[in-house]
Amino acid sequence: MAAAATCGTSAGNKGCTAAAAAAAGGKNNVTSFQRKGPRASVPDSGCARLVSIAGTRPSVRNGQLLVSTGLPALDQLLGGGLAVGTVLLIEEDKYNIYSSLLFKYFLAEGVINGHTLLVASAKEDPADILQELPAPLLDDNCKKDFDEDVGNHKTPESNIKMKIAWRYQLLPKMEPGPVSSSRFGHYYDLSKRMPQELIETSKWHGFFFPEKLSPTLNIEPCSLTHGYIKLLQFIQNVIYEEGFDGSNPQKKQKNILRIGIQNLGSPLWGDDICCTENCDNSHSLTKFLYVLRGLLRTSLSACIITMPTHLIQNKAIIARVTNLSDTVVGLESFIGSERETNPLYKDYHGLIHIRQIPRLNNLIYDVSDVKDLAFKLKRKLFTIERLHLPPDLSDTVSRSSKQIPAASSRLLGQECGVMAGGRKHLDF
Amino acid sequence: MFPELNNLLNTTPDRAEQGKLTLLCDAKTDGSFLVHHFLSFYLKANCKVCFVALIQSFSHYNIVGQKLGVSLTAARECGQLVFLEGLKSSVDVFFRAQAEPHPLQFLRSASLQPCSEVHTWEADAGNLQPLYEFVREALKPADDGQAAWRCPVLLVDDLSVLLSLGMGAVAVLDFIHYCRAAVCWEQKGNIVALVHDSGDAEDEENDILLNGLSHQSHLILRAEGLATGFCRDVHGQLKILWRTPSQPAAHRDRSLTYQYKIQDKSVSFFAKGMSPAIL
Repeated sequence: MAAAATCGTSAGNKGCTAAAAAAAGGKNNVTSFQRKGPRASVPDSGCARLVSIAGTRPSVRNGQLLVSTGLPALDQLLGGGLAVGTVLLIEEDKYNIYSSLLFKYFLAEGVINGHTLLVASAKEDPADILQELPAPLLDDNCKKDFDEDVGNHKTPESNIKMKIAWRYQLLPKMEPGPVSSSRFGHYYDLSKRMPQELIETSKWHGFFFPEKLSPTLNIEPCSLTHGYIKLLQFIQNVIYEEGFDGSNPQKKQKNILRIGIQNLGSPLWGDDICCTENCDNSHSLTKFLYVLRGLLRTSLSACIITMPTHLIQNKAIIARVTNLSDTVVGLESFIGSERETNPLYKDYHGLIHIRQIPRLNNLIYDVSDVKDLAFKLKRKLFTIERLHLPPDLSDTVSRSSKQIPAASSRLLGQECGVMAGGRKHLDF
Repeated sequence: MFPELNNLLNTTPDRAEQGKLTLLCDAKTDGSFLVHHFLSFYLKANCKVCFVALIQSFSHYNIVGQKLGVSLTAARECGQLVFLEGLKSSVDVFFRAQAEPHPLQFLRSASLQPCSEVHTWEADAGNLQPLYEFVREALKPADDGQAAWRCPVLLVDDLSVLLSLGMGAVAVLDFIHYCRAAVCWEQKGNIVALVHDSGDAEDEENDILLNGLSHQSHLILRAEGLATGFCRDVHGQLKILWRTPSQPAAHRDRSLTYQYKIQDKSVSFFAKGMSPAIL
């Protein structure tokens, strides 16, 4: 554990040729290198091999290389971060507000860490998506603003001991405060855009499906939709050309490829699983996911996919898609539902369901005890918390519960006076 | 290999039975620990294993196998283990045209060629015959007649993925039938296959596959999540059912139910309600 901690501090050191050489030398020996992790007993050589890539850290459980999802709260729930070589599937909320936010956080994290991005969308031009990324909160400038923001809604935390809901005191607190840029996981300010110079220095590839449609479309039964085939070829091309799969020995530093695919499965991709229940190409999406996962497992990349599963009519496809993805997170926002006006949920914007976490290289996995999680979005912070209902302090409720024993005590007053009198004071 | 599970199943690597089809099934939970168990069990029993791993990569099984005491790389090098890595091969099959038939050829069935306008349909697209040929080739006894390994074993993780990749339930059932004829009957080997139970997701193809296999298997291990939801100390419930497919209704099949908790290197089993954390 100590070895991992010391290696973590050198994560920001990019120009380290020795580490890069060690990385190049080390990687040649193994077949599927993205899974290779240092055992806890191997101190320095293992760490130097992995930590030479900026923005990643080894998992404390099994040494698996992790990247941040851009949302430190979500990283915590997923056991430290998203494993390199896996797929994070976000089941979109109804109006695609918060899922596109998570998508942007993921890409923004890639820009900050200097990872290469691959953005695929059938709805928006990737260049426009990149322009709308939120600005990162970096150390000193915004600390004052952040403290104001936090202080507005909550009293200073751990000083006040809770008397009634004392169990919530024992829960781990969310990490307050913005962090330096070399740390794992950053906070973003949604009211500001990512600075233009950061976007320009980042390396990204865009796949905008309407542009890639070939003019001569041959309509014939094929197992994979045209859009998916093109996307797979594009991704494979980028991975191969830039050497993320180790094919071209990289002269420079090894890097992570962050792939973001928006609204996969929607009709804009040419897939009709969201339109009808019995569709012709029902295997198109699942085949795509399988081959995509094959590409990811053999390269240094991580992928986020948002999918409008609430539109998919056939529940069997959702189950298959879940089995074919590694990490699945579902978002359910309260907008437009009757919960929006429900006073019990007034502090939150929606619920978040962690549907699946992969067991990678291990029999067990990090799973949090808390299954009912809710999120709320403030300008600078996206928090995920245990959904706890506030105590019900309205007058009507407590009064009605006191009335019943009083009424029954009057009826029973004849027979057992003492007991009925005692019951009046009970307050269930 | 989990010693407690061996006790429950009343087997040891020395006395492994032959000619059996074992069905692993999971509902609302992850049953992959059973796959790891049988993989290490048969490797320790000195059997020749053909592992069709469609859902995870080789290094995943290798790292877990090392925790359970077997080395997959060593087994692969000395020929005891034939490993078909589905994820890695799918990339090869999908993007590069293969000269010789590949076991996962069905992935290319009716897919568009990127540069030419003429689309060629593969001759045997859409069935699992190349995969069956691969298995048979991998498990056939050595030519020189000497039996280096005890019995051949086919391990598939998992069959539900084949349904997601476009195969019909009947095609997968045919594949298992052919494999049973070749491996279980001809060579007196074993087959272990994992199928997900989709539960209330109404996946008809999966239900057909699961029911069809349940009627053919000698041993069914079913891992279920607890009906009451997530529990930190009890990860699920395992139902073990011994069957004799040849005499369907002759006598009652024996069945046992245990609850389990998965730990870092082993799985502990206990009777229902007797979890050490609760007592």
